[in-house]
Amino acid sequence: MAKDSGIGASIKRREDVRFLTGAGNYTDDINIAGQAYVYFLRSTVAHGKLNAVKTEAAAAMPGVVRIFTGADFAEVGGIPCGWQITSRNGEVMKEPRHPVLAHGKVRHVGDPIAAVVANSLAEARDAAEAIEVDIEDLPAVVDMKAAIGGDAPAVHEEAPDNICYDWGFVEENREAVDEAIKGAHHVTTLELVNNRLIANPMEPRVAIGDFNRASGESTLYTTSQNPHVIRLLMGAFVLGIPEHKLRVIAPDVGGGFGTKIFHYAEEALCTFAAKALNRPVKWTADRSEAFISDAHGRDHVTKIELALDAEGKFLAIRTNTLANMGAYLSTFAPSVPTWLHGTLMAGTYTTPLIYCNVKAVFTNTVPVDAYRGAGRPEATFQLERVVDKAAREMGIDPVELRRRNFIPADAYPYQTPVAVAYDTGDYHATMDKLVEIADLKGFEARKAESAARGKLRGLGIASYIEACGIAPSNLVGQLGARAGLFESATVRVNAAGGIVVMTGSHSHGQGHETTFPQVIAEMFGMPEDMVEIVHGDTARTPMGMGTYGSRSIAVGGSAMVRAAEKIIAKAKRIASHLMEAAVEDVEFKNGEFTVAGTDKKIDFASVALAAYVPHNYPLESIEPGLEETAFYDPSNFTYPAGAYACEVEVDPETGVVDILAFTAADDFGNIINPMVVSGQVHGGIGQGVGQALLEGAVYDSNGQLVSGSYMDYAMPRADDLPSFTVDHSCQTPCTHNPLGVKGCGEAGAIGTPPTVVNAVLDALNSGGINVPHIDMPLSPARVWSAIEAAK
Amino acid sequence: MPKISMTVNGQAVSGEVEGRTLLVQFLREHLGLTGTHVGCDTAQCGACVAEVDGASVKTCNMLAAAADGAEVTTIEGMANEDGTLGVIQQAFQDNHGLQCGFCTPGMVMTAADLLKRNPNPSEAEIRAYLEGNICRCTGYHNIVKSIQAASAAMVAAE
Ligand code: FES
Ligand code: FES
Repeated sequence: MAKDSGIGASIKRREDVRFLTGAGNYTDDINIAGQAYVYFLRSTVAHGKLNAVKTEAAAAMPGVVRIFTGADFAEVGGIPCGWQITSRNGEVMKEPRHPVLAHGKVRHVGDPIAAVVANSLAEARDAAEAIEVDIEDLPAVVDMKAAIGGDAPAVHEEAPDNICYDWGFVEENREAVDEAIKGAHHVTTLELVNNRLIANPMEPRVAIGDFNRASGESTLYTTSQNPHVIRLLMGAFVLGIPEHKLRVIAPDVGGGFGTKIFHYAEEALCTFAAKALNRPVKWTADRSEAFISDAHGRDHVTKIELALDAEGKFLAIRTNTLANMGAYLSTFAPSVPTWLHGTLMAGTYTTPLIYCNVKAVFTNTVPVDAYRGAGRPEATFQLERVVDKAAREMGIDPVELRRRNFIPADAYPYQTPVAVAYDTGDYHATMDKLVEIADLKGFEARKAESAARGKLRGLGIASYIEACGIAPSNLVGQLGARAGLFESATVRVNAAGGIVVMTGSHSHGQGHETTFPQVIAEMFGMPEDMVEIVHGDTARTPMGMGTYGSRSIAVGGSAMVRAAEKIIAKAKRIASHLMEAAVEDVEFKNGEFTVAGTDKKIDFASVALAAYVPHNYPLESIEPGLEETAFYDPSNFTYPAGAYACEVEVDPETGVVDILAFTAADDFGNIINPMVVSGQVHGGIGQGVGQALLEGAVYDSNGQLVSGSYMDYAMPRADDLPSFTVDHSCQTPCTHNPLGVKGCGEAGAIGTPPTVVNAVLDALNSGGINVPHIDMPLSPARVWSAIEAAK
Repeated sequence: MPKISMTVNGQAVSGEVEGRTLLVQFLREHLGLTGTHVGCDTAQCGACVAEVDGASVKTCNMLAAAADGAEVTTIEGMANEDGTLGVIQQAFQDNHGLQCGFCTPGMVMTAADLLKRNPNPSEAEIRAYLEGNICRCTGYHNIVKSIQAASAAMVAAE
């Protein structure tokens, strides 16, 4: 029977009540008395020399408080990059300065040139129009192949060839991979593009700077996935504010998907301006501004080769990728095409030899960084597309080819040739589940039925794996991370027995306020409503590293469990004193302490009370109070995996693709709240379908973002998607975290794009046509053209 | 600046606005009703949907002055008299029809409009009616389910 409380229960989300009644507290809902408003004047050209920014006339306009330009930040640090990559030749990556406001040059459309602070937003905007900017246009470079072609203009003087780094992985395997490919029975080659995407959380970014002259404390309210990381980066590296004088608050946040991980210029500007003006300063992005100021995602051009033997066993993989960095290095950008991508190239397969080369390229485009899945979707897309193409070329059923190469269920822990070791998994089990729930056996009949209506029906399959819960700190440090990747939690028991958990994880839709209490409720045998979660405020929570890469429950939740275990250990000692028993004999279960072999018992609330009212209490050996903090640094990533299927119908007359069914069988290890987990998968599938069929950030050759608003960027809408079938019953619990959890937030965005593309290509390899590949998004125009070309 | 008056969630309100003030700004900034959100500047996302004189409206696409004298209902006016969640709101919570909650007020207001016009919509009709509302978190699966559940509950209560 389904549980109605604790771990495994689909309890309803408590945060929904405020969101459903309009009582949420998003950053733009916050207004501070006396606040001024910022409007950013942004570059309208992709590349140019900034000869002069004349602000005198604008500064004299009504309501204008102050206009900041690049010169005001000459003494201030640039926006820092959090990850350093080393090239194959041993040189560290090129890391050009990223100023808060452009100085000397602009490098992409949207690069901020000036920040106008005024009494109202309308006045700030009006004044910005009066600023005279003298820009000398320079030729822009947008296309990555052109950028590294030799005679392209340099985005940065420091990188004349526009190459940020040239990374090889695993370098020692390179020759063996070349040999294996040369001698293989069959080699499948595929060139593909992973389209540039815009994350588009529905809440645009907002920053409010505030300064308290009495305390000397700066406060930043911001739409962030990790307030502590922003405090660290902005405080220490940009503005030089000591941590105890800087508080970062990220209240309700309307979605992130990666794009709210990073530290942005607007946060620094508002914090800086609030202190300089001694007045609160607020900035709210509008959507069109978000398109040219939020970090973009993906944007790879790749050639992948898969070598197989006569039986279809994978022998070797070689990939060469160009990864767009955009005009500057965003916070975690260098890690995405390297350590988050190359390390996943084994997928769910036993391929013994893998070599991956990645060249990161500067272009005159918006900086790119992690977007839902970050690196893993790119790896999975290449792999699952090339496997599918190999299956077609060799005449092997795509499910069967995958099965022949799956890492067997008894092979764990499994060391891949690309550094990571999977702790647990069972890819046959998720594939079995998929075959059953997607009714793959019935496909041929459905295809015939579609054909009778003149439609091409296709079935796409993909298998994916991802590395979640990014950690351990000492490993990521070796790989170039400039931060630790632990998480912390404080568990505070109140005098009457209620519990408050302060966590460094941040919820921006994932439901932490509901699911974290489920874990505590289970551990303490108490109702969920006795447990409260505090997050999103550096002054109220211990150090945190935030939420991204599906690390909340695996890393943040584990920190909470460790802190709770400390509470239980101390409470047992208190209970042993109260019950006059040896501590070894005390057991804690269902909220009660008992003494083995006796009928003595005492409930948790009484022990908590004794800790705070220590009248009958072992003060000589135990401190009063019941509050513990734990820092948890996992020993490995977690490895969720799964198998997806999609059925599409293609109209050969128009190229329109209709998704008829989408099925996901995932293994997330243990699950805290199945309802919430399913919701995460649904959202990921939605974004994956968006990438596969609709979305793409398109630049023209001058570096103008053509798809710069919802008029031109095709966001998935309700009637673009079907209802999904999702299943998480296959569970191989993670072996190295106390909850056995793996993480589910990105799965859908990782597994879906190749599944959908494979489905469309399955349709386009029937009825006498033969289309080897189409790049995403598979718009009707692209599909129709491919059909026509193949006729 | 022109003075305008309207009824919002059953309360008479008034204020002075500039000619360019949008209805969504009047609701959020003058009245403090921050449940109505702004997600775009091209009237595409639907985060700002409220009911004006019985019809659902994108309040980012209407001047406050144009709503002078109107009857407006926002998400803050959708709960039951006793403060408990209204039928549609409850269906969204029961069916996990929201994640970050940012699109949610607009979704609830659009759902209310749909169910008023068509108490028993099919899945395809629901999806088509949500054409003007974007959700980035849920993949719409549970939003559709929530609206179906709300429809069933309202039909049963008739
Ligand atoms: S804010 Fe009104 S439609 Fe987007
Ligand atoms: S719930 Fe986040 S946008 Fe819909």
